[in-house]
Amino acid sequence: MKIHEYQAKEILRKYGVPVPSGEMAITLEEADTAAKALFSAGNAVVVVKAQIHAGGRGKGGGVKLARTIEEADAASKAILGMQLVTHQTGPAGQKVQRLLIEEGSAIARELYLGLVLDRASGKVVFMASQSGGMEIEQVAHDTPELIYKEYVNPAIGFQPYQARKLAFKLGLEPAQIGEAVKFMMGLYKAFIETDSTLMEVNPFITTKDGKLLALDCKINFDDNAMFRHKDLKELRDISEEDPLEVEASKYALNYIKLDGSIACMVNGAGLAMATMDIIQYAGGSAANFLDVGGGANQEQIENAFGILLSDPNVKAIFINIFGGILRVDVLATAVVAAARKLNVTLPIILRLEGTNVEEGRKIIADSGLKVQIGATMKEAADLAVAAAKGVN
Amino acid sequence: MSVLVGNDTRLIVQGITGREGTFHAKGCDEYAKQFGNKLVVGGVTPGKGGTIHEGWPVFNTVEEAVAATGANATVIFVPPPAAADGILEAADAGLPLIVCITEGIPVLDMVKVWEVVKTSKSRLIGPNCPGVISPGKAKIGIMPGRIHKEGSVGIVSKSGTLTYEAVYQLTQRGIGQSTAIGIGGDPIIGTTHIDALKLLNEDPGTEAIIMIGEIGGSAEEAAAEYIKAHVKKPVVGFIAGQTAPPGRRMGHAGAIISGGEGTAESKMAAMAAAGITVVKSPAEIGEAMARLLGKA
Repeated sequence: MKIHEYQAKEILRKYGVPVPSGEMAITLEEADTAAKALFSAGNAVVVVKAQIHAGGRGKGGGVKLARTIEEADAASKAILGMQLVTHQTGPAGQKVQRLLIEEGSAIARELYLGLVLDRASGKVVFMASQSGGMEIEQVAHDTPELIYKEYVNPAIGFQPYQARKLAFKLGLEPAQIGEAVKFMMGLYKAFIETDSTLMEVNPFITTKDGKLLALDCKINFDDNAMFRHKDLKELRDISEEDPLEVEASKYALNYIKLDGSIACMVNGAGLAMATMDIIQYAGGSAANFLDVGGGANQEQIENAFGILLSDPNVKAIFINIFGGILRVDVLATAVVAAARKLNVTLPIILRLEGTNVEEGRKIIADSGLKVQIGATMKEAADLAVAAAKGVN
Repeated sequence: MSVLVGNDTRLIVQGITGREGTFHAKGCDEYAKQFGNKLVVGGVTPGKGGTIHEGWPVFNTVEEAVAATGANATVIFVPPPAAADGILEAADAGLPLIVCITEGIPVLDMVKVWEVVKTSKSRLIGPNCPGVISPGKAKIGIMPGRIHKEGSVGIVSKSGTLTYEAVYQLTQRGIGQSTAIGIGGDPIIGTTHIDALKLLNEDPGTEAIIMIGEIGGSAEEAAAEYIKAHVKKPVVGFIAGQTAPPGRRMGHAGAIISGGEGTAESKMAAMAAAGITVVKSPAEIGEAMARLLGKA
């Protein structure tokens, strides 16, 4: 689960990690009040930052500096409601519905701190780099030796000596080391206690008067752990998510919206991914990823149809089911009932395989529904691509 | 021959009195029974010790269950909040094989579990996996036994249904399987592609191997290196998620391309460079293996 920068900073603040003072605003009036407060507190510069769940906001015009209240108001007006396009949003961009109005900082150095799960070692790794303010993926790719890493023993947690090692490698002044250790220990504690999978402070800055600050912060939580964090769950902002994905999540359907024209309904995540792949090889493109799970019943299939049919780009529906524990005939019955109930008029292409496949195919054939059955996954994919192009 | 699961596997089921536990305990036991094997010997549900469930003795702790039944394997059907604890309990009881089916275990729980399990006597399969089957002998897991056929192709896979798909394509061509190992789709798993490949490579009953991976992490790249250096048996490979968008979790907790790492392209290139027959379409797995074995 993703959260906004201002929410991430509130969490850091709770763990004693210094962040710039600021306020979240959802209207221009709120933005104006927040900016005025910052100017009258003696700040020479106020920063207006778009709050969306994507990186690269600065380059896309979503971050502006202001030296007067007029400039701040103008910046808020320009950013709030804009369709912000970054390398992470896709070409359509994301509508900005929240702002963070923050005090400006006199930056001396821009560094990087990050906590992430390292899959190969099965440990949390604490990373630090002097190359702050840029894409850390790019740094990792071009100059991996410039990213310093400390692996955390889960039994004892991140230790002060590890923080010290990183702090010295970052080239911090001797007087800053103690603060930096406190900063990193706070970050680690926040990471563990919020069940995060990613926590990045980029940039992690030193100011001209020698202070340390988290100028930006990104946190992702582990969806699997949200059952024990009712408070964090409330930080979810569904306006940042695709409406169909939000709808699907209500039915516990594993759905991801894509931009193609062939809707997919598949059981199992691996097969669902492989189905998208085979559609592409057949010359089409998938409208979604959808795993209905191993225990799909009629109700789940109805829910799934409902989601797929709400996507206006969909021209054909490809159902790829491998009946294992759940028999094919049971699934076929559920598909027929759901398609009738929802009066599905788009072409449906079925590929059924597995246990009781003959009975399943017969149920489809006898149903009178306009359903094409592919004998193999490849044939079904070809049929789906042809149907989506309106060939048959 | 086969690996991990065989005629002398004696299994307990953690969470045996739950709906999933009951259903699959029966499924596993019935599958093994066809071949004259007594597989399931009991189960564990804290608080229900001393009762009998579907004919099986139920124990309060794994330790008691092992002492009373002589079990050498466990399968875990415990809900996510308690599953990590269940794995640790099984490792503490010294069980050689722990298969964890549970999907949705918090990853930081698995970080702790792995720290303990990696130096224990136990081998962990999963979590978030379909389990392990040695056709013609026994199965520990949720896979449909009847699509399998005893034989000599070993399978290692991150995905459940794709494994069934591969198995089915083989069985339809009259090609049997030695052992199919579903290693699971989570970011931290007890047995990786390399670990499973080592087992299959050293198994004299396994003639050829199918390796199925998916986007996320770099385990497939590491496995390709291992294959290049150590595996002489023919290998067919497939990677799911060739068209998956970066930054999105594709169903499995571990199936995500992040920071340019974990792409299907990189995995397929590494596998091809290791001499693996990489197929682009999931429909071609069985056919490719048949060709390698001269049975096409």
